[in-house]
Amino acid sequence: MCTYLTENVGVEGSGKGTAGWFALSQATVYFDHPQHAPAEHTLNIDFLNPEQGPAARVAVELTAASARALAAAIESALAAAPPGLT
Amino acid sequence: MYDAMMAETISITGHGGDQIEAYLARPLGPGPFGSVVVIHHMPGYDAGTKEIARTFAVHGYLALCPNLYTREAPGASPDDAAAAARAQGGVPDERLVGDVGGAAAYLRAMPVSNGKVGVIGYCSGGRQSFLAACSLPLDAAVDCYGAFVVGTPPEGMPLKVGPIVHLAKDLSCPLLGLFGDDDQYPSPDQVAELDKALTDAGKEHEFHSYAGAGHAFFAVNRPAYRPEAAMDGWQKIWDFYGRHLAG
Repeated sequence: MCTYLTENVGVEGSGKGTAGWFALSQATVYFDHPQHAPAEHTLNIDFLNPEQGPAARVAVELTAASARALAAAIESALAAAPPGLT
Repeated sequence: MYDAMMAETISITGHGGDQIEAYLARPLGPGPFGSVVVIHHMPGYDAGTKEIARTFAVHGYLALCPNLYTREAPGASPDDAAAAARAQGGVPDERLVGDVGGAAAYLRAMPVSNGKVGVIGYCSGGRQSFLAACSLPLDAAVDCYGAFVVGTPPEGMPLKVGPIVHLAKDLSCPLLGLFGDDDQYPSPDQVAELDKALTDAGKEHEFHSYAGAGHAFFAVNRPAYRPEAAMDGWQKIWDFYGRHLAG
């Protein structure tokens, strides 16, 4: 199915796309059909800068299990950082 | 039999008079030919959808697939365009109807057209195929596993893709529905509900649901592909369009 559901979040940082590094302003997160991953549904993240056009995008498509592992790893990395840095 | 065909990107007038990109595939014989508007799935106006359009041309139909994401991402690659359209909230129903209407008008005006136009869509396009056939004068419609025609959307679902079963009374043409027994959206119960709504409304329709198949069983480049269901489904389409569009 197409879930249609989409989480939108404003982000600050940079991503590296096909034309090199660019500033990020938005990320969309959704569990839906992938473009490329060999699965019926994946957790997809698009890091975007709409002001620079549709090609200003870094995309990942992850299985549900690996997406959860990634989310936990992000939390762990942030928690492990020395106090005051995050 | 003369079997040449051609396919090319063109510009058509869509909803609101907007010029939108579209992919036209057509037999090169003298016709007259029936026509099909191909509605691409949510992942976009991609190579697989263009292949479907060419398949219709090989089988003697004029086929036109509008790029529903032209406005959000003109000239972008299909996956980037799909992401951009999604980030902006997706395709509004009203705009979809306008774009399919523009494509149908383009097809009817072609000198080799027989004046009959059908529509087909897969996945999100299955719902949009039903929507178009309830909103526009068409001659045949095919809904391939479109979700959220009936049923209660999950919490958080964008309002623009709400259920549209109440439109069944306005269906303008016969409807062929192709589904998978293992699909959850639409589930077999939801398929049965749509079947009943169409029967109650006195609308001509035929539904087929395949054992061992789930969602997206036509998609040859996805793990969901089920060759037996897809091959039989194509035969159902040729039979259905042959009766309602050909000649």
